[in-house]
Amino acid sequence: MKDFKIEQLYGNVHSIETLGAFDGPGLRYVLFLQGCPMKCKFCHNRDTWGTGTNKLMTAQEVLNDYDRYKAFYKKGGLTVSGGEATLQLEFITELFRQAKEKGIHTCLDTAAPTFTETRIAEFNKLLDYTDLVLLDIKHIDNDIHKWLTGLPNKNILKFSKLLDDRRIPTSIRHILLPDINSQDEYVIKLRTFLDTLSNVVSIEVLPYHTKGITKWEQMGLKYELLETPEPSEELIKHVETILKSNYQYMN
Amino acid sequence: MNNSWNGFKQGEWVNKIDVSDFIHKNYSEYFGDSSFLEGPTDSSLQLNEAFKNLLALEKEKGGVIDLDTKIPSTIVSHKPGYINQSLEKIVGLQTDAPLKRGFFPEGGINVAVKATEAYGYKVDDETINTYTNVRKTHNQGVFDVYTAAIRRARRSHIITGLPDGYGRGRIIGDYRRVALYGVDALIEDKKNQKTTASFPMNEENIRLREEIQDQIKSLNQLVELGNMYGFDLTKPAKDSKEAIQWLYFGYLAAVKEQNGAAMSLGRIDAFLDIYFERDLANGTYSETEIQEFIDHFVMKLRMVRFARTPEYNELFTGDPTWVTAVLGGLNNEGGSFVTKTAYRLLNTLYNLGTSAEPNLTILWSTDLPENFKAYTTKVSIDTSSIQYENDDLIRPIHGDDYGIACCVSPMAIGKEMQFFGARANAAKALLYALNGGKDEISGVQVFEKSKREVIQTDYLDYNEVLERFNETLKELAEVYVSALNIIHYMHDKYAYEKIEMALHDKDVTRYFATGLAGLSVVADSLSAIKYAKVQPIYDETSGLIVDFNTIGDFPKYGNDDDRVDDIAVKVVETFMGYIRSNYTYRKSIPTLSILTITSNVVYGKHTGNTPDGRRAGEPFAPGANPMHGRDSSGALKSMLSAAKIPFEDSADGISNTFTIIPKALGNNISIKDSIVHLVDDVQVSNLISLLDGYFGSNGYHLNVNVFNRETLKDAYLHPELYPNLTIRVSGYAVNFSLLTDEQKKEVMSRTFHERF
Repeated sequence: MKDFKIEQLYGNVHSIETLGAFDGPGLRYVLFLQGCPMKCKFCHNRDTWGTGTNKLMTAQEVLNDYDRYKAFYKKGGLTVSGGEATLQLEFITELFRQAKEKGIHTCLDTAAPTFTETRIAEFNKLLDYTDLVLLDIKHIDNDIHKWLTGLPNKNILKFSKLLDDRRIPTSIRHILLPDINSQDEYVIKLRTFLDTLSNVVSIEVLPYHTKGITKWEQMGLKYELLETPEPSEELIKHVETILKSNYQYMN
Repeated sequence: MNNSWNGFKQGEWVNKIDVSDFIHKNYSEYFGDSSFLEGPTDSSLQLNEAFKNLLALEKEKGGVIDLDTKIPSTIVSHKPGYINQSLEKIVGLQTDAPLKRGFFPEGGINVAVKATEAYGYKVDDETINTYTNVRKTHNQGVFDVYTAAIRRARRSHIITGLPDGYGRGRIIGDYRRVALYGVDALIEDKKNQKTTASFPMNEENIRLREEIQDQIKSLNQLVELGNMYGFDLTKPAKDSKEAIQWLYFGYLAAVKEQNGAAMSLGRIDAFLDIYFERDLANGTYSETEIQEFIDHFVMKLRMVRFARTPEYNELFTGDPTWVTAVLGGLNNEGGSFVTKTAYRLLNTLYNLGTSAEPNLTILWSTDLPENFKAYTTKVSIDTSSIQYENDDLIRPIHGDDYGIACCVSPMAIGKEMQFFGARANAAKALLYALNGGKDEISGVQVFEKSKREVIQTDYLDYNEVLERFNETLKELAEVYVSALNIIHYMHDKYAYEKIEMALHDKDVTRYFATGLAGLSVVADSLSAIKYAKVQPIYDETSGLIVDFNTIGDFPKYGNDDDRVDDIAVKVVETFMGYIRSNYTYRKSIPTLSILTITSNVVYGKHTGNTPDGRRAGEPFAPGANPMHGRDSSGALKSMLSAAKIPFEDSADGISNTFTIIPKALGNNISIKDSIVHLVDDVQVSNLISLLDGYFGSNGYHLNVNVFNRETLKDAYLHPELYPNLTIRVSGYAVNFSLLTDEQKKEVMSRTFHERF
């Protein structure tokens, strides 16, 4: 008898939210993957950074679990978030491939720091099965981005160009950090960049909140942005106006 | 054909009493949105102001404005009463003054006296003498016959809230018949029915003939009631206003004649809509006028009152009357019964402000028109005043013209009724199983058949406990069903619902509605015994197991974990099996509900420590809800656990109360800005998905609350700022300020789903 050797592809899962109301349209099953190469100073999920093995699941197992709740997701679907989801590119590609076979709406929540031009084929394969991308642009200035997250934003912006080329509907999410990326100069620069894209379906300004600090403290880590306040309503409105007024969304 | 029916499509309904056929032939489904709705008129606002002043006065006077202690309430016992006659488009009060409560001695004179004394009133000796020595009451009949075993079970609270001291309720007259046919035709029909029950002259037919004659008497009184207010109810209603007025008089007659626990209204939306559509087309009335009629009608429904004893109020707090009115639902042909009038009735929550009554209940199906789904969920988010039942589960059993009595009890209107049976305490039964039938608090040997030695062991063995528990449930079912058989025999005999049954067919299907409290406590306790180690702690003097030391973790009901959810399912199946094996009165079909209303607090108060870690006296979770805080893996998993309780074995309904903070339903930013969205649409759309998901997963019932815990805490500390805060508790809505202190705390401790 021939000996079949089946290689199983596992995702390293941080946690699962079965009632996701914020990461993509409708109610969604949100799979948070373990591990992130960025080191965002404001991260509210500090516990997702490590790449150590947490909970291993195959794509099939994830979708079986999804099926238990599928009656709730008729207008929603599956979102993969993190950590940084694209750190497990092969797994999420397989997961989305299988999800699309079942007609499930797929959404990728990413900042795409792992993207490089050498991996474009792999990313293209993932995008073949991706209905919507939630793209986090943390700072439009490369140097500050590097200070803020530990990595430059060049690849992230290149990834957004790839999304544009592929006409993948993309929702821009921008975490608003007072006095870090809230200055008109940066917001206008970000808007100018967004105006070069034709695949944006929405722009969301997410006000920075300090609820994540306790996670850093629990892990005995120092939180550097203690001085940064949560943005005021006025500031949120102001930044939204700059980013969104008369924006040409993808139809 | 008479003139009142001009413009209606004919059908079978013309030849016999068949309201359902009339609706099917004549109603028009509405697919539009709520933009046609009208606000309140000046007279509605004035009247509502007067009503609010009466409510304030009622509260100021300790809960009762006035109370009759002399004249037993009947359909015609009191002169007409008004709030402000010149403003009222729809008239009729239970007594001769607004919010004045009637006197109902037929259920039991002692109970009626207690209820009046609780508010500082006194019934005179002559009246007490009449109902003690001259005219026997329901309560007297029941206690004449109760066995020692039933008395012990009752006293020890393993069975609580039995309708042996108050009206059983949960019977819905088909009040629409009054409007469509007029009372003369109904009396004619009843006379014919009586002649068909002439041979053989056995007990069944003798009883039926007597009942029908009583029904005819009440129908005649209904005509008299109409005359007192200046209307001729003998003939069919001629227009929209009369249709509401006639229908309301039918209902009013019922609440004048009976003080049933739940006096539900039934299903009136598509029926009334037919009259409204006709009058709108004719130009007889405008939309504003029709909304005004509805507003005035609903205001009357908000004024229904009964005098209750303190014990009753402890069980069912906040003066509930369960004027349950169902809206929407599908028809058997695949369309829906959604009409503009379903919107108009919901609109009263805006026009008159939120209110606990009437108990507006949406019959939900994933196939309801999307606009209607959006409106109902918006009303939920705005008011937390409505509940939902799974039409796709109920319709195949009860047809497409059913209503809900009380909270979750389905019945075909005018064709089915039920014998309400309160509920048995499953958590206490588990403790009896361990203690060999002795009560863990009093030490009394309550159960005789399942009497055994107290379990002697270091750690409880699951199989041994389960075997004893099943034996206990068997005896519990026997005692419980016996009590209910007696109660309903006597209720039929001494406090028969004459006018409500007059608005039923001759041959009705009767359900025997039992109930179970403490399901999640039992499931978690058995799970603890099975998956963790549970050490019993014995009381030194009595030798009874009075506490537990539970070592290790165990699966908890409410997390979509089959290991424990299956235990809950099995308990329901087992208990229902035992209920079925007993004789039930008057060929009734036994059913079970997993519903506590607010009695989960009282049940918990009278139950000792349980192996799941719940302390003695702590409230149970309401209905089929997981215990507070134990459903820790999110809202969906909590809902899916409840959705596993099988409807076949809980055919009287499975109640789930769900509280979510508004933010958890999504924020105001819509995902696709390129598509026009209203600001709130994301929350509406997500709540629709939640309901579609729950009912699509075979969930039966959902109370939806949308608010923050902080709001409740603030309302608790500053009640004066929240006079109208309405919340959904198990199966009904209640004004938060009317709850007892214990119940307020219990509500605040419930799981608020806020993960995101």
